[in-house]
Amino acid sequence: MAKTIAQEFKKGLWDEIPPFRLVLGLCPVLAVTTTAENGVGMGLATTFVLICSNMLVSLLRNNIPSKIRVPCFIIIIATFVILVELLMQAFAYGLFLELGIFIPLIVVNCLVLGRSEAFASKNKFVPSLADGLGMGIGFTLSLGVLGAVRESLGTGMISGVQVFGPSFEPFEFMVQAPGAFVALGLLLCIMNILGKK
Amino acid sequence: MREMVKMVVTLTILAAAAGGLLATVKTTTAERIEQAVLDYVQGPAVMSIMENVTNDPLEDRFALTIDNEDRNFFVGKIDGVPKMVALEGKASGYGGELGVMVGIDIETGQIVGIGITTHSETPGVGSRAESDIRFLKSFVGIPVAEPDKIYIGEDDGEIANIGGATVTARGVATAVRRAGDMYRNNESEIKTQVEAFAG
Repeated sequence: MAKTIAQEFKKGLWDEIPPFRLVLGLCPVLAVTTTAENGVGMGLATTFVLICSNMLVSLLRNNIPSKIRVPCFIIIIATFVILVELLMQAFAYGLFLELGIFIPLIVVNCLVLGRSEAFASKNKFVPSLADGLGMGIGFTLSLGVLGAVRESLGTGMISGVQVFGPSFEPFEFMVQAPGAFVALGLLLCIMNILGKK
Repeated sequence: MREMVKMVVTLTILAAAAGGLLATVKTTTAERIEQAVLDYVQGPAVMSIMENVTNDPLEDRFALTIDNEDRNFFVGKIDGVPKMVALEGKASGYGGELGVMVGIDIETGQIVGIGITTHSETPGVGSRAESDIRFLKSFVGIPVAEPDKIYIGEDDGEIANIGGATVTARGVATAVRRAGDMYRNNESEIKTQVEAFAG
């Protein structure tokens, strides 16, 4: 069942879009999507880690003994996560303050480890890159959409722009933790309805 | 046995390479990160305290090691003469650590203003400490040599309380007192450093 590169890339965008289809990596999905901007920022950080770790794992896949593959993957992933954290502190400190603890927690995001284990360790370099890129963009889109839904309902604004007009009464529940579960559930529901042909 | 050796070697090489890479990146970004912390955390607070200075306090700063910690001091000058110095004090608030930048007039020893740097207080309740003018202004003019006054009214001090956020207000007052104590305990050293910025 040889898939083309384009297929590997595209599956992350819809068929296997991480939070909604695979339902993986939910901790940051729920925690940081209080605004669209935070969601996208978190998504991009995860995408970077995902692409880099997929590439490196794929390159090293024949050299890593299978018994210690998980520790090896963790070292690789952790390295890129700390790299992201340092770069974010240096060049996007505002975003770093918002995302805070959730950046280091990308290490234990099962999406990243999951793709290393399930895909990159068994596939060649280019498909792994495509897989990482697709999954990462899918993850970023999901977080962005979820963030936009919660921010617009919870505050009436998206990035400081009024979306529902001045008479809108903000539904503050949506930007709090329980609202994250409700919004995710509703989006999953919509995805399932759309996916049913 | 061979398998064992291979596992050890692989992990060692991988970990060493990762460590080397990260050490390099950390050293190269250290300066930028320090600058970012100044810009985002301490900077806005310093600027809000020192409104009418004619220099850039973020540029004119020095560090002293007090209680085994490097602390930044920001010097405010008016027409080339150093007038005030700002330092950060910390205390616990309602939701975690509170950082408060305190500006002190070096001649009179009076507080010229305070600004909150970091906090994790409840949004909308304790977080009002950042913007409650009545509360922030009530620190102004109190000499750091009279710490008994730096308590909220309920505790027989001169600081205005923040309605519904007494724990936060107490925390901020404690942080200011600690900054004041730090200033008084190291006054001569701080003044020597400040004088170097004259002219």
